Amino acid sequence: MNIDYSMIAWSRGQFALTAMYHWLFVPLTLGLSVLIAIMESVYVSTGNEEWKRITKFWMTLFGINFVIGIATGLILEFEFGTNWSNYSWFVGDIFGAPLAIEGIMAFFLESTFIAVMFFGWNKVGKKFHLVSSWLTALGANLSALWILVANAWMQAPVGMKFNPDSARNEMQDFWQVLFSPVAVNKFFHTVSSSYILAAVFVLGISSWFLLKKRERFLAKRSIFLASVFGLAATLATAFTGDGSAYQVTQKQPMKLAAMEGLYKGQTGSGLVAFGILNPSKKNGDVNDPFLVRFEFPRLLSFLGYRNPEAFVPGVDDIIKGGFRPEYSSIPAAEQSKTFSADEKIARGRVAITAFQTYKRLLSAGDTIKAREAEKTLMDNFAYFGYGYLNSPSDVIPNVPVTFYAFHIMVYIGLYFVVLFILILILSYNDQLEKKRWLLLTALWSIPLAYIGGQAGWIVAEIGRQPWAVQDMLPTLAAASKIDSFSVQLTFWLFALIFTILLIAEIKIMVKQVSIGPKNGGPHNV
Amino acid sequence: MFENMSLEMLQAYWWIIISLLGSLLVFLMFVQGGQTLICTLGKTETEKKLIINVLGRKWEFTFTTLVTFGGAFFASFPLFYSTSFGGAYWLWMAILFAFIIQAIAYEYRSKPNNFLGERIFDIFLFINGALGTFLIGVAVSTFYTGAPFIVNKISLSVLSDPSISRWMGNAHGLDALLNWKNLALGLAVFFLARVLAIQYIANSVEDEEILKRSKQQLYANAIPFLVFFLTWVISAFLLTRGYFVEPDTGRIRPLKGKYLINLLSMPPVLFLFIAGLVFVLLGIALPLLDHNKNSRKGIWYTGPGAILTVFALLCTAGLNDTAYYPSTTAPMSSLTIHNSSSSRYTLTVMSYVSLLIPFVAAYITYAWYSINRKKISSDEFNSGEHSY
Repeated sequence: MNIDYSMIAWSRGQFALTAMYHWLFVPLTLGLSVLIAIMESVYVSTGNEEWKRITKFWMTLFGINFVIGIATGLILEFEFGTNWSNYSWFVGDIFGAPLAIEGIMAFFLESTFIAVMFFGWNKVGKKFHLVSSWLTALGANLSALWILVANAWMQAPVGMKFNPDSARNEMQDFWQVLFSPVAVNKFFHTVSSSYILAAVFVLGISSWFLLKKRERFLAKRSIFLASVFGLAATLATAFTGDGSAYQVTQKQPMKLAAMEGLYKGQTGSGLVAFGILNPSKKNGDVNDPFLVRFEFPRLLSFLGYRNPEAFVPGVDDIIKGGFRPEYSSIPAAEQSKTFSADEKIARGRVAITAFQTYKRLLSAGDTIKAREAEKTLMDNFAYFGYGYLNSPSDVIPNVPVTFYAFHIMVYIGLYFVVLFILILILSYNDQLEKKRWLLLTALWSIPLAYIGGQAGWIVAEIGRQPWAVQDMLPTLAAASKIDSFSVQLTFWLFALIFTILLIAEIKIMVKQVSIGPKNGGPHNV
Repeated sequence: MFENMSLEMLQAYWWIIISLLGSLLVFLMFVQGGQTLICTLGKTETEKKLIINVLGRKWEFTFTTLVTFGGAFFASFPLFYSTSFGGAYWLWMAILFAFIIQAIAYEYRSKPNNFLGERIFDIFLFINGALGTFLIGVAVSTFYTGAPFIVNKISLSVLSDPSISRWMGNAHGLDALLNWKNLALGLAVFFLARVLAIQYIANSVEDEEILKRSKQQLYANAIPFLVFFLTWVISAFLLTRGYFVEPDTGRIRPLKGKYLINLLSMPPVLFLFIAGLVFVLLGIALPLLDHNKNSRKGIWYTGPGAILTVFALLCTAGLNDTAYYPSTTAPMSSLTIHNSSSSRYTLTVMSYVSLLIPFVAAYITYAWYSINRKKISSDEFNSGEHSY
């Protein structure tokens, strides 16, 4: 029986579909929960009932959004098992723990106090209610922490060792997993980008109220708060974005090459400011990868290596090998000169064969020879995942998708810096209502925040292909043994249900906004 | 503290936690049970709304417990996650589909411009309630009746087909529906969820009509529950074969009456099982014993009773050298708490995390109490408060 590539593709598609829908709702939950808690804090400290109205209005929109995030999250959690059964065993010893901790530590916090938040206004004291709102925000953000730790581990596995007896990787150091620099950067980058989205959401809707000359108090206060929050979040996102890109350079050089459309590496490499890729470019050929390109000289070397003269390997270099790597994540055997992808595949096969030999010898009782096989396995384990690949070009992700997604994300991020500064200044001087074009711009910026977030995940996930776990397990060896038709069927069922839910969500949200905050909240009209 | 525990003790500790989460989940599925009774217990729109709002304030707990149950199972026994979820694909997918539509149904049903209309969202609640409970019951029953799979970890080295676990046949979990014993437990869980819902609603609302109907409905659901549950207990639990793991050799073989042996050789579990059953029966019989003030308090007996019974049942599935997920294809592939668990290090880390559970339970109880202090009546919906 051969590997069913169609099933792998559909399984990847299904996971991507679920994750992308999930990420349409979660960022708003993460950011809006914090904004609501801040709004309620103002209410409790000033006693101004207007702030209670403001809090309750945004809380209604929060609730409409929250429930789909929850529903899609459950599916994602179970899809690790249903569609990625080999993965679940091969790294479950490390990956399962953050998921369980997420449930015990974060979800219960969120789901318990969200009930107090929505139903407790007349049942619990003001302060307890405020604490509940903050705990809901804390729970949401803590759950993001744990799932992002899990994701970061797949991008740059640390703190574990392969155990040939159990045929899986086993955790050796929990703190290394939790505090890996990739995890730290990923958490702050992802969460701060979610805060941008929530800020733009509040900004856009409040601008609409101003355009319609309705709810001016609510809109102005919300705009001021959102733009301060949004600006801080944008700066934090930029800072952690730099940290994340630095980590990608060090741990996933192929992803960096794809992000920048860099085929032929060079010292003092420039950062592409704007580029249009040449669609006929293939790895290894002499075609220029770009039809059009403007770059900041030496910036890529500087950002990636903190050294403007550093050598940044391109796609072709990583395939061919033979250069002295300046990145940190490198097996001992490649310290002075990198291996070609062919060599890595060969070593991966040696590791896989040694694993098989080890198991056979052990069950035959030949422990001495088994130990020799184990040594061969461990000496080559850094390349284990490569052994499943068929050809060197398998290690290249989709360059155009990664490149464009990365640049779109960065452009959107920069645009928001300008938008928030402009709004903040005009809002501070109370000039905003006169600038209808800016209010309209703010309103139509809402979709951009969503596109930015999706683009970020596309960079992270498409850019790391073919790996489910970097260098250790490609997606083609990670999947469950099911037939392609079953996965296709569930893919389309999910697509249908998610889309229906999304339409319902948008329709309800638009209606609730147009109703506005009547009598302390537009529930139940 | 956990560092000093042996791997075997940690595995048993985690099986007990999984059993506890599983039993809490079964109890909390009163929310699902209630969702199948909205039109039975409520006739007018106000009554239906009242029932939906009583249940709707608790759906997050059931949902979160399900998520945590999944996460904890993944972290502690990843081979189960890998083998059962990937193998019984359609069974688990059906459960997932039944659960996607729950949360939004509550939140969206009464909102204006909700695209599908209130009736469709109420149907979603019914589907979640009926299918969710039934299918989870069927899935849990396979812990005792077994499933057709093979696990071979050396397959990881086969480049053309590296799957370590595979399901026999093409039904991918739908095969579980062909075993009448699994269906019996599915139906037992379905009716139990309805019994719990009837009692929970009776204890939570101020509405004479709903109370009257809940009394009528109690026995219409309690009797089928008892029939299906006893059928399952006798046929798939007490008098059936379980899979025994020989402690010295690790060999796994079928053994007649294994679960009964487990009960008898673990007296505390036997005690919990009997105590659980007594509480459930007491809760159901309460309106017959006491016609007045306590007749609405059945949930205080049936709820804890259900938790104890399910907890004891799950304990017998995994403890005392038993395969908790027997392979009907190749007994040696059966999953035990020893061959499917995480490493000692991970179980130790997770055990420290488990110390949070009493703290979590404490704040849930406090928050639940502060919201539930007053019984819910329809007056509340006119006060501008959030409602479904």
